[in-house]
Order: sequence, then C-alpha cells, then structure tokens
Amino acid sequence: MTAGPAPAPEIGAAVEQAPATGASPFRRLAGHPWSRFALRRAGRLLVSLWVLVTASFLMIHLVPGDPVRAALGPTAPAALVAERRAALGLDDPLYTQYLAYLKDLLGGDLGTSILTRLPVSDVVGQRLPATLALATLAFLAAVAIAVPVGVVIGVLTRRGHGRRTEAAFSSGSIVLGTIPDFLLGVGLVYLLGVTLQWLPVAGNATPAGYVLPVLSLAVGPAAILARILRVEMVAVLDADYLRTARAKRLPARSLYLGHALPNAATASLTLSGLILGSMVAGTVLVENVFAWPGLGTTIVRSILSKDYPLVQAIVLVYGLGVLLINTAVDVALALLDPRSTIRED
Amino acid sequence: MNRRTAHRWLRVLRTPMGRTAAALVLVVLVLAVVGPAPWNARADAVDTANILAGPSAQHWAGTDNLGRDIAFRVLEATRLSVGLALAATAIGVVAGLLLGTAPWLLGRRLGRLVTGAVQIAIAFPGLLLALFFAVVFGVGATGAALAIGLAGAPTFARLVQTLLAGVAARDFVAAARIAGVGRLRILVRHLLPNIAEPLVVNATIGAGGALLAFAGLSFLGLGVQAPSYDWGRLLYDGIGVLYVNPAAAIAPALAVLVAGLALNLLGESVAKGFGMDALVGLPASASPSPAAAAGPAQPAAERPADDAPDDVVLDVRDLTVSFPAAAGPIRPVRGVTFSIRRGEAVGVVGESGSGKSLTALAVSRLVDAAGRVDADRLHLLGTDLREGDSAAQRRLLGSSLAMVFQDPASSFNPTQRIGRQLAETSRHHHGLGRRAAFARAVDRLRAVRITDPDRRARQYPHEFSGGMRQRAMIGMGLMGSPALIVADEPTTALDVTVQRQVLDLLTAIRTSDAVALLLISHDVAVVSEVCDRVLVMYAGRIVEDLPTDRLTTGALHPYTRALTAAVPRMDSPLDRPLPVIPGRPVDPADVPPGCAYAARCPLASQRCRDEDPPLARHPSGHRVACWHARPEPAHAEAVRPASVVEAS
Ligand code: SF4
Repeated sequence: MTAGPAPAPEIGAAVEQAPATGASPFRRLAGHPWSRFALRRAGRLLVSLWVLVTASFLMIHLVPGDPVRAALGPTAPAALVAERRAALGLDDPLYTQYLAYLKDLLGGDLGTSILTRLPVSDVVGQRLPATLALATLAFLAAVAIAVPVGVVIGVLTRRGHGRRTEAAFSSGSIVLGTIPDFLLGVGLVYLLGVTLQWLPVAGNATPAGYVLPVLSLAVGPAAILARILRVEMVAVLDADYLRTARAKRLPARSLYLGHALPNAATASLTLSGLILGSMVAGTVLVENVFAWPGLGTTIVRSILSKDYPLVQAIVLVYGLGVLLINTAVDVALALLDPRSTIRED
Repeated sequence: MNRRTAHRWLRVLRTPMGRTAAALVLVVLVLAVVGPAPWNARADAVDTANILAGPSAQHWAGTDNLGRDIAFRVLEATRLSVGLALAATAIGVVAGLLLGTAPWLLGRRLGRLVTGAVQIAIAFPGLLLALFFAVVFGVGATGAALAIGLAGAPTFARLVQTLLAGVAARDFVAAARIAGVGRLRILVRHLLPNIAEPLVVNATIGAGGALLAFAGLSFLGLGVQAPSYDWGRLLYDGIGVLYVNPAAAIAPALAVLVAGLALNLLGESVAKGFGMDALVGLPASASPSPAAAAGPAQPAAERPADDAPDDVVLDVRDLTVSFPAAAGPIRPVRGVTFSIRRGEAVGVVGESGSGKSLTALAVSRLVDAAGRVDADRLHLLGTDLREGDSAAQRRLLGSSLAMVFQDPASSFNPTQRIGRQLAETSRHHHGLGRRAAFARAVDRLRAVRITDPDRRARQYPHEFSGGMRQRAMIGMGLMGSPALIVADEPTTALDVTVQRQVLDLLTAIRTSDAVALLLISHDVAVVSEVCDRVLVMYAGRIVEDLPTDRLTTGALHPYTRALTAAVPRMDSPLDRPLPVIPGRPVDPADVPPGCAYAARCPLASQRCRDEDPPLARHPSGHRVACWHARPEPAHAEAVRPASVVEAS
C-alpha cells in the first residue's frame, strides 16, 4: 500500500499549455472591480444617508400645526412659544433651516430638547451605550444559536434524509420566527420573572438583567437565521464541490465546518442583513418591556411628549445604525465570496 | 375563482398547518364581525368590589383596575384590533400598488426615481418607518394605521414591481401596446389580473404583520388611546399590573399571538401551496428503511479467471446500488462485476441512465447515504472497502484513489484558493504542515502543466479557465500517490481543443507511473482513444466487456454494435444522417424481466423477453450478456456461453 506522498511523477511534455485566458488581463485589472464596488457601495450609502437626514429634518415640518405649541401644551404663554420657535429657527425660510440643520449635524450638534433644554447629543450619548449593548449581545446570541442549529439540522436533512425532522424544524422555526419580540418578552417576564422569580425583569443594573431582554430579542431572528442557514446548507451539501471534498476523504468536521458552512453562511448573509436591521428596530419594543435605560424608551417618551428635536436625533441614530449594518454586510459579502464583486453588474 | 385556483386552495387546506391557520383566521374574523354584541356590556361593566382580581370562575382572566372583566375585554378588542390591522393593510396595499405601478405608468425616467426611492426605503426596518410616520401623523389609532400602512408600502411596492416586470415582458402585453392600447388600460386589464394571486397571498402575510405591528405601537402607547382599547392597549395596561394579575397581560398577548400567527401561517401555507413545493407540515411519506431496499440477490455473474492476482487494483463483484422509493427500491446498478489491473485503462460507455456514473461513485464509495451499495466483493489494492468508514480506509482512498468529475467549474469550492484545496489532502492524510502541503500543491500543479503554479495556487477557481480547472482537479488527485484514477465524463464540459489536453494528460500520467484509469464516458470515440478495454453498460448491467480494438469490428452484443454505429467516424459519409439507436433507454424504476435491451433489439426472441442473459465469457474472449451473441447479425443459432449461471 502506498499511502505517503510519493516522488512527483513528471509527466511527459505531451500536454500543450492552455492559452492563459483571462489570467494576465485579470491581474492587470485586479484593482478595478474592487474600486468599482467600493465606489458603487459608497455612493449608495451616501444617497441613503442624505435621504435619512432630509427625512428627519422634514419630520418636524410635516407635523400638522405648530410643533412647539404642541410640545409645550395649550397653556404655555405665547411669548415662550415664540421664543422657542425662534431658538429652533422655525421662523426662517425652509432652505435656511435645512442648511443650518446640515451644518449643525456635521458639527455634531443635534439640537436642544424642547422640554428639558439639554443638548440632545448628551441625551443620546448617555442612552446609546445601553441600546448598543443590548443589540450587540442579542445579535451574538442569535448567531450563536442559529449557526449550530442550522448546520446540524442542515446535515440531518440533507437531500433524501430526515423528512420528519425537516417538517418539524420548518414549522417550529416559522412559528418561533413569527412571535414578535415584545410578546416573547412579556411571556418571559411572566414565566421567569414573576412566576419563578429567577431573573430580574427590569433595568440593566446586574448582568442577570441582560438575560431576558437579550433572549426576547434574539430568539425570533435566531429561528429565521437557522431556517435560512439550513436551506443553504442543504443546497451546499448537494453541490459538486462538496462531492470533491468527500472524494478527498476529509473527516466530517472539515466537510461540514470547513467546506459547507462558509459557503452556506455567505449565501445566508444577504438576508441576515435584513434581520439584523429589524433587530435594531426591535430594541425599541423590547426596551419598553424591560424598562431598559436606552434609546428605545427615550424615543417613545419623547414622541409622547412631542419633544421633536430628540425624536429627530434618535430616528437619525437608528437609521444610521441600519445603514451601517447594511453596508457592513455588503462588504463582508464581497470579502467572503471572491466572485461577488465581479458577479455584480 | 377558476378551478385550478380552487384546487390549489383545497390543497393548502389539506396540509395540517394550512388547515389550522385557516380555521383560526376564520374564528378571529367571526369574532370581529359578529362577536361584540353579546359581551360588550360585560366588557365595560365596572365591578368595584373586584378590582385587579386574579383569574376566578367569574372572571376567567381576572379584572383590571376598574374591576372590568379582562377576558371579555380581550374578546371585545378583537373587532378594533383586526379592523385596524386590516385598515393598515389596505393602506399599505394601495400605497404599494401606486408606488409599484408608477414605473410602468410614468415612463422610464420618473419610474427610475420611484424605484430608487422604494429601494432606499426598503433598507429601513418597518418598525422604524412606522415610528417615523407615527410622529408625523400624531399619536392615536388613525395615525398608527397610516403609519403602519405606509411603513409596509415599500415592501409591497417592490413585490409589485418585480411581478409586473415579469408579466410585462410577455407577448400579449407587447401585442396590446402595438395595438395602441393605453398603459393604464393594459395595467388594469392585463397586468394586474395576472399578478393578483401572489399579491393576495402577500397581503395576507402583510395583514398578520400589521396586526403584530399595531399591537406593538399600542403597547408602546403610540397607538389606540383610552378609553378605546385594542389588544396592544390592553397589554400596555396589563404589563403595569403584571405582579398583581399576570393574566391581564398574558390574555391580550395570547390573543395577539394567535391572531398574528394564524394570518402569517395561512399566508405562508398558501404561498407554499401555490409555489408547488409544500414541504412544511406535510406528513412525511413512510420511506422504506434502507434494510428493505436490499432487494433480491442478483445472479452471481461469471467469476474472473483467477481469484485475485497481485496486480489487480480494483476488484468489483456483483455490485448493486439501490435507492428507496415509494413503490419499492429502485436499482440503477444491478450486479456489476469487473476488475482493473495496474496501469490498465478501462472505459465504461453507455447512454445516460445506464448506471455508469453511479458505478463509478459506488466503487469510490461516494454514493449518497440515501443509496445503498451492496457487493460480494469491493477491493481497492486488496483492502475491502465495504467495511465502515475507518480512518485507515479514508486514508487509503484519499491517497490512492483520485477522482475527476464532469464539471470542473462547480467541482471546486468557489470560496477557497486552489492551492489550499489541493493542500488539504496532504494535510489530512499525510500529516504535512501548512507550508509543506502548499509547496506540494504547487509542485502538483506544475506536474499537470500549469504555468506559474506558485501564483496560480493563490488564485480562486473562477480565475482559472475550464481546462486549467480540470487539470488542477487531476493535480488534486496526484497529491497522494494514486493507483487508480476514476474520471467521470472528464471532458464533456470542455471545449474540443481543451478536451485533447486533458485526455493527453490522463494518458501521460497513466503511462509514466502505471496508474490505472477508470474512464466513464458517453462518448465511444473518447473511450476507444484512451482505453485498453471497454465495459458497455445498459440498464444498470455490463452487457459486454471487450478490448477497445475490437469495438468497431468485433462487438458481439447488438447494443454495442448499435452504439458504435451511432458514433461518427472519419470515414462515415458526412451527408448521411447519423444512425441513432431506435427506442428509449430503460427506466431504472421499471426494468423488464428478460433482457433489458429486448424492446430495442433487432434480434430479440421470446427467450430474450423471458430470461435475462448472464454476463458470460464468449469463446472470442469477450464477456457478453446476450442470448444471440455473435459477430454478425446473420446466423441462426446463438452460441451458448461457456459457463452460464441461471438467471433468476
Ligand atoms: S439477449 Fe436478446 S434481446 Fe438481449 S441483446 Fe441479446 S439478442 Fe437482443
């Protein structure tokens, strides 16, 4: 039996060299597709940003009636209303206000709260970390749940296997994925907080306080992600290159984790971007279930009290988060799949 | 509703998930329409003696802070909750239709603007859009309905755009436009009716989403305001008294959940049912266990002359591959026996569906686990491959057996560099380090005549040309020290000029290192050029085993003769149509009892139809499975094979 690497058999010169089609021209243009991709993606980000900023600027002007009067209430003296209007620049022509808004924004000035007169940027800076922590942990939890589940179920239900498992998993993941995070939160609070009294149900004072909010936010996206990942795994496991990998007689671990998972994950990435985006928005509801001291509770309070500058700023922050996530997903996709920059038009 | 649509709805209702969801939706709708009357008095009845009571026989879900019955309030809230969700959905559908059809109605330039705007809006999650609109329209039921409706519009708009683009490309639209029919009229008359079905399905899912979103907004205090109440508002009130009466929060939460899930799942089931691949919720068909798939034993074919001579690389006896199916196991490979010696090149030819590729996969132990491989003997270099999947066996197969597949474009992992994919073999089976394995990969790429292998090894598969990929695939097999190369249609996907290079490379490797080759091909010309010996397969069996040089002149089996006649030769007249084999190949699920070729065979007799001829050695030295085997199709009596094992 000859199992070790033997001296290389040198093959006779019978084989003619193939014309190196696409080889050297590709090298010459190596930078080209990447820079085109970067330009295109940056352009899209900029346009989206502009739309976001403009929408948040227009928000206060789209509100019917006088926003300042609405915020301060009908009993506020007219002089005070006029003073606040002037402070907000609401009496200037629209384009002047727009330019001023853009200028302040670039300088990091998000305006002043109508009610508390505190700089909005201070409020946001104080509240953002709690929301960021919640969203990040929930994202990590969702991935930590979805990847192993999706891979294992994918392997179990690869072509011609586990019909029953597949049906059970599909139904289960659809149901779990449809349960909205805030209802799950209420259920968890009732079960683990009130009935069993295992975990705190409000605030983020202790690490244990993170468990329920993170779970409420993570379970639905995890179910959807796992479902997508399973479908992609099944497709990848049926691919020709997986047969090649099996022909190399690699152990199951390298087959599934080395060859199948990266491809399945890449294919799942586009959709996970959408899920991530909705997770960011989902923090608003979950924060309100758990009295979380983040942006989500703040935006609801300021919408109810009509503190428009604060609302504008928080909408801006959330929107920015979503745009950055989308961009990050696209960049990751381009990096992970070497063909994507070329494949895209 | 036409009959086809009705039929499909029926099919949706037949799945457990579809049925449950539809029943729940019906209950919710009935509650919303006729429900309120009997209990709206009780829902608002104040009972000051029973404030914030827990669940009891009198109040199933307890009471709120005015002593009102929660259970009745939840039932009462059905109407407002469902009504508002439907209103929001309607707003979303209308806005989505306007935005989605705008590109069609407004022409290219304005249309592109609308498409771009939808594209950007869609990037933001619905809840964020809903919050934005809630600010603009103000807090309250109307504002929330508008907000949720408009927030759902971009998704719906994009769906409309996509569907429209599909339909608008069809002929009847072009015809209508040439006839001078206006765009609006075409839209209403021709386009919308054609896309109505998926729109309705998506609107159903959308209604589920709207219901959940509305509950969310009301729960935040931004939706329905007191004294009105919907489920979300009840939840908002209930969560405040969660420690006193948890049922006050749980009851409305359950109501939201059931109604939202029912609408969503109904939509999903309908989408699945209409999309033809309803796997969810379908009862798994009782698939026969692999053990049941074994099937009756095949007639043991003629034994090879000597038992196992030293230079036999691959020894296969009575190999059968079967797959479980509803009507009993299907056996695409039925009792195949052959062996290959060191350095020998054996071709396997046959039409598609003859089982030749599956034979190659079976001897390489690559048949998917759903298939079952049985054999009396399956030895590679003297090692029995039928035993389980041991590390030693993997190592033997990984180093001594090289595989070359048909499509080099899809046979490499697109996300890994070529060098790494080659190096993997040495890292796993020969314990080489990363660098040493990579160096060997570069060396092997050079051995298969790839120029600048150092650079090439760092490239991805898509940067290789088709021929280069196939050579790299051969190089991958050379990472070990192969005794056998199994090549399954290695040149079929390649250009004619590149085919030659790959065949020459295979021949060069074979002669320089006495590597055996099993070449699977539908192309008799390729096989006769490269191989010493040919196995002709038909309907899962070897029907003839003969030296290549006898292929055109000395074939004994009628099928082999038909096959070689179907191959264009240099001397075949170009203006005459190529001969084709009349009739169709045998369906592996339905193999006739006698000779499988009988239906197409010009020599078929009654015996052929009754008894399957065994593969037996003919006096000329071939092995052939035919009752009437002979060189010329003229003589009357068939030559009985020397040793015949009775067919089952
Ligand atoms: S056994 Fe009969 S039917 Fe089959 S190939 Fe021979 S002659 Fe034809």
